Amino acid sequence: MNQLKNFTKGFFKENPVLVLLLGMCPTLGVSTSAINGLGMGLATTFVLTMSNLVVSSVKSQIPDKVRIPAFIVIIASFVTIVELVMQAYIPALFEQLGLFIPLIVVNCIVLGRAEAFASKNNVLSSVIDGLGMGLGFAMALTILGGVREMLGNGSFFGMKFIAGDGILVFVLAPGAFLALAYLIVLVNKINKKTA
Amino acid sequence: MLNQKDLERQTMASKKESTFINMFLTLFLVTFIASAALGYIYEITKEPIAISKMAKQNNAIMQVVPEYNNEPGNESYKIAIDGDSIQFFPAKKDGVLVGTAISTFTNKGFGGNVRLMVGLLPDGTINNIAVLEHKETPGLGDKMDKKKSPWSIQFNGKNPADFKLIVKKDGGDVDAITASTISSRAFCDAVNRAYKAYMEGGQK
Repeated sequence: MNQLKNFTKGFFKENPVLVLLLGMCPTLGVSTSAINGLGMGLATTFVLTMSNLVVSSVKSQIPDKVRIPAFIVIIASFVTIVELVMQAYIPALFEQLGLFIPLIVVNCIVLGRAEAFASKNNVLSSVIDGLGMGLGFAMALTILGGVREMLGNGSFFGMKFIAGDGILVFVLAPGAFLALAYLIVLVNKINKKTA
Repeated sequence: MLNQKDLERQTMASKKESTFINMFLTLFLVTFIASAALGYIYEITKEPIAISKMAKQNNAIMQVVPEYNNEPGNESYKIAIDGDSIQFFPAKKDGVLVGTAISTFTNKGFGGNVRLMVGLLPDGTINNIAVLEHKETPGLGDKMDKKKSPWSIQFNGKNPADFKLIVKKDGGDVDAITASTISSRAFCDAVNRAYKAYMEGGQK
């Protein structure tokens, strides 16, 4: 498989959030600001890449009937590592993301890629797939967070550009659905053109 | 990082069959390596985590009580109340009590638990209040945090003995945050709990 295509498919063609519609819970939950979206996206990218790497390198050693529990243990270990390291060295971001970090374990993107891609492909392709998918996820979350922050709070990456409050609803849950819906429309339009 | 190296060392043989012993061994190995790696990471990060938690606590104490020169974290004591506990940090200057920082809580918030650090002067007057942790609605209830709005300054310098810690809507003296009466009530509840605990034996 062409590795460049393998990498870039995560951004548009098979973007986990905007096209595959996986991992909606962290997407809607943490995208209240651009920095939260980026932090969550990068944490997920790390977990996704590492779990793809390990799963693809041990795939032949794992009997079929116990592959799901084995994958989940591998994923959960990396998530716990991210959680501990984040808590130790970037406590401010950890506080913001809090509950959503342990929830990466049950993010369907991570198990989905382990099961659908890493368990069938070689190590290099799997790592590239994990990186692409993870960065695609990070990109979607950052854009969504950026849009919501700009409209709802009048700031971008924490820098305020209008005085006072914005359109509050965009920081709340209904705004997440609205902004996400328009983003999906946009990406679908782009994908249709290039297809 | 540990487990991937160990696992890569195993040869890439053909797919293992799902026999009982194979499944048992695989799961045992996977969980064993995972727990070893996690134990290692835990040991490395234990100290930085403790330090950053301590820094956060000290920072909050410093905000809410007058200048002190002891180590309130080392002299703290706890009182069990309402199924949880309240922690007291006495701040002393040259051995004289200048104020007490009280880590208090409420579970009546709009988004669940709210934890505050309330600074009381020795006579019970509120010196300052800092928000430690909350899950209130961004843009509405989160105005209880001084970083977002100066709302909570109205408590400074008030003594709960003659300042009713209830929102005006319910007959008290506190101006509620606009459109966030529940968050405001929760805030008052937490402050009240700190004051009561302080008056009923928290003074030392």
